[in-house]
Amino acid sequence: MKKGLAGILLASLVFTGTSCNKSDAGDAKGPVTIWHWMSDREDAFKELADRYKAQTGKEVRFELYAPSEAYMQKVRASGQTTTLPDIFGVLGESRDIASFIEAGHILNVQPEMDKDGGVWRKRFYPEALEGNEFKAGNRFNIPPGIYGVPIDVTTIQFIYNKGIFRRAGIDPNKPPETWDEFIVDGKKIAKLGIPGFVSGWGDLWLIECLADNLAFNIMGQDKVIATYRGTVPYTDPDWVKVFSLFDELGKSKILAEGVVTMINKSAEQLFSNERAGMAFNGSWAVNVYSGMNPSLDYGVFPTPRVTDKHPRVVWGGPGSSLMVNAKSPRAQEAVLFLKWLTDGPQQKYLVTSTKNLPSIEGVSQDIPAVLAKFADGMKISVHPSRLPITETSPVIERFDKAIQSIIIGEKTPQEAAEDVESAKKEELAKAANPQ
Amino acid sequence: MSINTIEKGKARPDPLLPEGFQPLREGLTYERIRRRARNSFKSILSHSFLILVSITCLFPLWWMFVSSLKTQQGIFTDMSFFPAHPEWSNFVTAWTKGHFETYFVNSVIYTTCTIAGVLFISSLAAYAFARLQFYGKNVLYFMFLATLMIPVPGQFIPLYVLLIKMRLVNTMPGYILPQVNGGLALGIFILKPFFERIPKDLEDAARIDGCGKFGIWWNVAMPLAKPALAVVGIFTALAVWNEYLLAMLVLSDRSLMPLQRGLMVFQGAHLTQYPLLMAGMTISVVPIIVVYLFFQKHIIKGVTAGALKG
Amino acid sequence: MSAELPPSTPLPIPKSFWDNFTSGLFVMPAVAMFFTFSLYPFFNVFYLSALEWDGISTLRRFVHFSNYIEIFHDKIWWLSMGNAAYVTLLALTLQNALALALAWLVDRDIKGGQVYRSIFFLPPILSGIVVGLIWNWIYMGNYGLLNYFLKAIGLDALARAWLADPDTALTSMAVVHMWKGFGWGFIILLAGLQGIPRELYESARVDGAGELHIFWKITVPLMIPVFILVSVLTILGTMQIYDLVVATTGGGPGYHTEVPMTRIIAKMLGSARFGYACSMGVVFGAILLTLSLLQIQISKRSRVD
Repeated sequence: MKKGLAGILLASLVFTGTSCNKSDAGDAKGPVTIWHWMSDREDAFKELADRYKAQTGKEVRFELYAPSEAYMQKVRASGQTTTLPDIFGVLGESRDIASFIEAGHILNVQPEMDKDGGVWRKRFYPEALEGNEFKAGNRFNIPPGIYGVPIDVTTIQFIYNKGIFRRAGIDPNKPPETWDEFIVDGKKIAKLGIPGFVSGWGDLWLIECLADNLAFNIMGQDKVIATYRGTVPYTDPDWVKVFSLFDELGKSKILAEGVVTMINKSAEQLFSNERAGMAFNGSWAVNVYSGMNPSLDYGVFPTPRVTDKHPRVVWGGPGSSLMVNAKSPRAQEAVLFLKWLTDGPQQKYLVTSTKNLPSIEGVSQDIPAVLAKFADGMKISVHPSRLPITETSPVIERFDKAIQSIIIGEKTPQEAAEDVESAKKEELAKAANPQ
Repeated sequence: MSINTIEKGKARPDPLLPEGFQPLREGLTYERIRRRARNSFKSILSHSFLILVSITCLFPLWWMFVSSLKTQQGIFTDMSFFPAHPEWSNFVTAWTKGHFETYFVNSVIYTTCTIAGVLFISSLAAYAFARLQFYGKNVLYFMFLATLMIPVPGQFIPLYVLLIKMRLVNTMPGYILPQVNGGLALGIFILKPFFERIPKDLEDAARIDGCGKFGIWWNVAMPLAKPALAVVGIFTALAVWNEYLLAMLVLSDRSLMPLQRGLMVFQGAHLTQYPLLMAGMTISVVPIIVVYLFFQKHIIKGVTAGALKG
Repeated sequence: MSAELPPSTPLPIPKSFWDNFTSGLFVMPAVAMFFTFSLYPFFNVFYLSALEWDGISTLRRFVHFSNYIEIFHDKIWWLSMGNAAYVTLLALTLQNALALALAWLVDRDIKGGQVYRSIFFLPPILSGIVVGLIWNWIYMGNYGLLNYFLKAIGLDALARAWLADPDTALTSMAVVHMWKGFGWGFIILLAGLQGIPRELYESARVDGAGELHIFWKITVPLMIPVFILVSVLTILGTMQIYDLVVATTGGGPGYHTEVPMTRIIAKMLGSARFGYACSMGVVFGAILLTLSLLQIQISKRSRVD
């Protein structure tokens, strides 16, 4: 018994000896280490790292840590012990990124971007950069600058199955433009016995995206921002209108059953297998659908218009962004690599091999039509990271869950509005008295 | 007199039969026939029940295995019980793409070491809590109990900080030791009642034979607690085998990663490669089933008190 | 005749320092590990619960007990506790009854017992991902297995979106949890049952006792410590349910399937209120601890003959 214990200790010592504790900090000559969470791009990244080595002789090492929740835990833990790698990402809202910047972990790459007349900067979709930028006077008191390099963009739009449209008697080249048309088309599809519309609204943030689109269209950006600031209540008729749209959706019977707790992956499954006529999903869906049903014939259209008073918008912004560790001795090397990564040939390679949207303009002509349509949405996109202020988390959660309740008929639009407003009041009160 | 009892050797006159009726053959009364019928009925009922539950347990395993043989397109559309064109190559792909040859061995090492550590340390402590007295006993037990109850959100982060200070990050002991520690509270909690059940006479007999405390623990308590030890072994094996969060935090060298790390490769932020993932999972579930079968053999009828008479 | 527990003789009183010391040696390794690896993270939670901190920045604000006061008023937190309590109640009764029935049958050397033992532990072994995928499929609204069967046998009226209907979401999720969990109870109860000396049963049968009598007078008293163990483990495991909720309903619809762990994670990551999340953890743990101690006390009371 005691021998067994000794044996284990001995074995442990042996293993300690054979695996050395590599510490990247301090050794400026080592490879540039990148931590990422994108499993489907692992191979593409490896290929690019090899190409970089061939072209410049410098070594870059990609390390994958998935899934995204686990990735963020690793990044947070490392943040507290200053063992962050040279390049990493921060998956979260602006507030989280601000915290990292404030702790000194992220390098401001704006100087590099503005060099040589802004050569690097001008490549990108302006919206993609905006999402990574902290402007002067931002509410987190971060020194203004660009802190992340987007390597792709995402938009979230409506997707429709052309084959099902035809069968339902709708012109596959004329997807619905207005909300009313959308409901009408949905009903036509439902008559075939197929759900008209599906979306993974078990994932709250997806509800958020659509609701925001509708809100911006109904009342305009300024009023929405005023609501976040607290000067306009959620019980305002315009907001009640937003809620009533979901009420209409719920009562129209065009929704797939169980949408409010359906995870997005299930929704994607249903749409790929032609068990729903329309879906609300993001540009990553192209990759997913092509894997599950390569022959799927589908198209894309932006969120239907409710009124003409304000522009139609779509949720879109930087997809995945990488940050440079400000405390790394290889920071400059890291910046150079990111510059290379976001150049034409590399972006084109990423698009074709992983079917994501590029973050730089000018490659659209080389990408599949469906992806191009998603990319077009960038021009009319909105994204929380580009707004001067966003709603607080508890209120957003209440908002999304209220919509879930409306769809299942548990709350009326008015009740939902009052519920969200009471949550908002609580949050405002807390902000006013921080103790 | 209940129907279940029978006087030794006697066949009761059957109350349902007319007087004077003869039994069918020697010893076989209608009583016995009814009892046999009741027993077979009970038996059929029990078996049906067991089989029904078994089917619900086997179904997901079968589904997982069969899904490994499908393609990404067919995985949710092909409803056949067994695909017409099974893609056996998925297993090979999963093994290579998931770098299983390294991760598998690592997982085996981690699991074995952790089980050994947990069984040894927690059985010592549980025995002490159950059968010995010492200062601070209740406080310490309460402490262990408390850690089982309080979920520590983000507990791995301070642990990570600690491991860095101890220079154990990215090492095997750095991954094994926290997990041994993690299994102790549950191990102690499970083993204590089993140690409490040991008949005092056996302990006294051993003491008379000259055994010290450790002797009693090793020679008397441990063999009697085999079923409980097996349970703790299974729990620990499962926990370590499925662990990946701590591995991700503590280990960065590919050569040290456990099996779950390999499976993560098939799960993207949006895109999941289902057939490969299922193949990987099927492969990784086999050893744990083997471990379970091994341990559950020890959940057998214990040595009886009859050992004392003689 | 009823079995007696090993008479609860008073444990040997330590006669000397040496006696204390050798007894203490038994717990030394465990305590050493605990002090090294658990003490800092564990007490750190208490410290952090008194802060207003987002988990990343160097800014931390000491807020004393205001987090705890806030929890008291947090209606959603208590709703989530209620949801978890409901599932736990179901688990304590149905899941453990099932586990006991199965363990009892297997213990009695039913034919094929070896095979059944192996099969019943499969659900706990299966990965949460597979469990989530399969049960999502079973419960799916339009194309789910359950609704398919209901329609096939003519019970159309019962078909619904099980996980999205506020009346059935929590219970449907509880069913999955119980299905995945009964295997644990099963092996622990089996271990307990197999430890009962067979002679006790034999002599009871020879004396003419019936099955039910044997069960109540012999099996149950000897199994009480094991029952407590299983109950406490069930409470712990079920109250801390998390992965299953995320895989099936995400806490919805509305707040109908929110549980304490989803609230803690939401505060930790979503709201970036690490300190508040820690205080939730402490409150949660305190409640669980009280429940478990109560259980143990009540069972000790009923043990005295």
